[in-house]
Amino acid sequence: MEILTYLIPVSLLLGGIGLAAFFWALKTKQFDDPTGDANRILTKDWDDRPKP
Amino acid sequence: MTATLDPNSFAGVEHASVSACPACVAAPSAERIAQLSAPDHARLMLSLPAAHCAACISTVESALAATPGVRSSRVNLTLRRVSVEADAAVTADQLIRVLAGVGYEAHELDAGLLSATETDKQGRDLLMRLGVAFFSMMNVMLLSVAVWSGADGITRDLFHWISGAIALPTVLFSGQPFFKSAWARVKVGRLGMDFPISLALVLASSISVFETWKSGHHAYFDAAVMLCFFLLLGRYLDHRTRAVARSAAEELAALEVPRAVVLVDGAEITRPISEVAVGDLVRVRPGGRMPVDGVVIEGTSEVDRSLLTGESLPVFAGPDTVVSAGEVNLTGPLTLRVTAAGRDSSLHRMADLVAIAESAKTKYTTLAERAASWYSPLVHLLSFSAFGFWMWKTGGDLRFAINISAATLIITCPCALGLAVPAVVTSASGRLFRKGLLIKHGTALERLAEVDTVVFDKTGTLTMGAPEVTNLADHPRAVVEVAAALAMASSHPLAAALADTARAAGLHPARVEDLREVPGYGVEGKWKGQTVRLGRASWCDTDEAATTATYLCTGEGKARAFTFTDRLRPGAEAAIAELKAQGKTIRLISGDTEGAVASLAQRLGIADWISSALPAEKAALVRDLTLQGRRVLMVGDGLNDTAALAAAHVSISPATALDAARTASDIVLLGQDMTAVGDAARISGQTRRRILENFGLSAAYNVIAVPLALIGLATPLAAALAMSLSSITVSLNSLRLK
Repeated sequence: MEILTYLIPVSLLLGGIGLAAFFWALKTKQFDDPTGDANRILTKDWDDRPKP
Repeated sequence: MTATLDPNSFAGVEHASVSACPACVAAPSAERIAQLSAPDHARLMLSLPAAHCAACISTVESALAATPGVRSSRVNLTLRRVSVEADAAVTADQLIRVLAGVGYEAHELDAGLLSATETDKQGRDLLMRLGVAFFSMMNVMLLSVAVWSGADGITRDLFHWISGAIALPTVLFSGQPFFKSAWARVKVGRLGMDFPISLALVLASSISVFETWKSGHHAYFDAAVMLCFFLLLGRYLDHRTRAVARSAAEELAALEVPRAVVLVDGAEITRPISEVAVGDLVRVRPGGRMPVDGVVIEGTSEVDRSLLTGESLPVFAGPDTVVSAGEVNLTGPLTLRVTAAGRDSSLHRMADLVAIAESAKTKYTTLAERAASWYSPLVHLLSFSAFGFWMWKTGGDLRFAINISAATLIITCPCALGLAVPAVVTSASGRLFRKGLLIKHGTALERLAEVDTVVFDKTGTLTMGAPEVTNLADHPRAVVEVAAALAMASSHPLAAALADTARAAGLHPARVEDLREVPGYGVEGKWKGQTVRLGRASWCDTDEAATTATYLCTGEGKARAFTFTDRLRPGAEAAIAELKAQGKTIRLISGDTEGAVASLAQRLGIADWISSALPAEKAALVRDLTLQGRRVLMVGDGLNDTAALAAAHVSISPATALDAARTASDIVLLGQDMTAVGDAARISGQTRRRILENFGLSAAYNVIAVPLALIGLATPLAAALAMSLSSITVSLNSLRLK
């Protein structure tokens, strides 16, 4: 059962990373235009070179 | 120099505020406002109602990027807007032309009116709480699975303690929206849906802490966070539907950027309407809309009053004619002396009327409120009677009795009930938005489902307000050629329609010389040495026909009348057929002349119609129908419809309507096509059915689970299962809308 002392903190840490990523996405306004972002991925405009 | 510095400092400001406080991001900082008003730099907002796909984004953005002076642009497809950063020299009109060139209709939006920041902030706040609840739910669930599958002794206690350490802060943070609104309700002496929720959260958390401390078997930490998560999800969906509707409503308000051309010492200056004072002289060009109420002091013209009165025939305007804001000037420039502007103008006086109507609408109790009103007392009753019974039965075992009553509260807690309405409404309004309908009011769909009578306005609603010649074939070719030649010299809508039709019929205009437009009367010219006129009946010395017409007099014989009919809005026939098929009574009421209304009613197969109705009569008709116990849907666009729109059970207006009418209506038709009205009625019926089904489903879960809880058999596992299964069933049921 000693393994629990590692596993529980590890699982909490992994979940915490996910939560932090969610906060970051929220703060950088990535939820402002979900429809637009879903469609933008389909455009071929900047496939060959990055957007200046 | 500043131009290159600008974007950098802009990014810097934004970045700094992100790290300082997340909430500040939403509110524009003082620096940012200063930058936006900096003379070398302008941010323009355009509405793009037709944008819908990936290709639209690239077309619009690349077309704008190719425009000189535009620095950057970004399309927001969710809100169907594009925001453009450009040099100050770039105007919205230029960009609108560029976008029209690539096939996109665009409208300028008043960026100052679009203050969606407050709702954005609330939405982000809810989403953050939802994220935290999700994280905790997953972790606590992992630990709980271990306990359910048989962990005991010290391991179980350890897991309970860790669960508690995660769950308690989560409940405190994520449960705040419920605690706050429950407290606000309690202060005014009412128990809403949020009170049992808050009670369940608090009771579940505290009984679990107590049990854990006493090394008990059961802890409800997982139930508490799961409750938080599902209820927040419902709350968030609800908020998002409202936010989209609200921002679109703001957008409609921002569509008409109100400006007036004021004459100051003979010079024309363009000013916002709010700065126009009574007594100022205002110049209105042909084709422009009257920005103010006033009296004509110079010029003659004709004015189109259809939006205000429903008359499709333009009215003569000359010196001393009184005009109201909202009328359209057709042929000649007019100079007005302002009698009322801004808030006092006749357009704005309508706002009072709308406010009265809005307050009447808030009296409507939604299905959710009706469900809550019997549900909330029942939950408390059940929980307390369980507590009382077990206290008596066990001879005063407080711990056991509290456990049972907490379990009852958790099981009955309205997870599915909280999702039942928002999930369906989100799904339905998304579907209707794709069909070009905007739901402005949260309860509009529910009210639309109850409608049994539909009252239509004519001009601008069932028709486009654009005339079409009906009797071209009745006239000799030579006459039509003369009329076409005269008509081409004018921009009057009747003349333009006549010229278009003649051109489409392959007729060549006759040689008419000395063409001269006489504003307010018509066009005059010389044909084979004779004076010929095309215009008003009185100008041609003839009697006016019953329908909309323009008259041609060539000096020989009687004046000839070219009659017009209003072009039907696309989809109007389909919409009326669909509504009839749904068994609804259709009525037509218009301020227009009898002839025009009768022919339209016949064309659409409406048996019940009223013509020459005054605005008050329209409202009275709607009120009478309501008194007869009918639920009326009013579809109208004009100022004369506003009172009727407000009095109806639910109302729809096209986006071309005056803003007073749009404000008064619950649903706005964004496109031109009327078919969506029929669809809306059908979908609203489905919506109501799904909501009731959802209530039924969550009640069914309770019927099974509550007896278990009352006799003390509900374990945390049973609670978790009931809660997640019912929530998922309800969400799936909501997605069945077609």
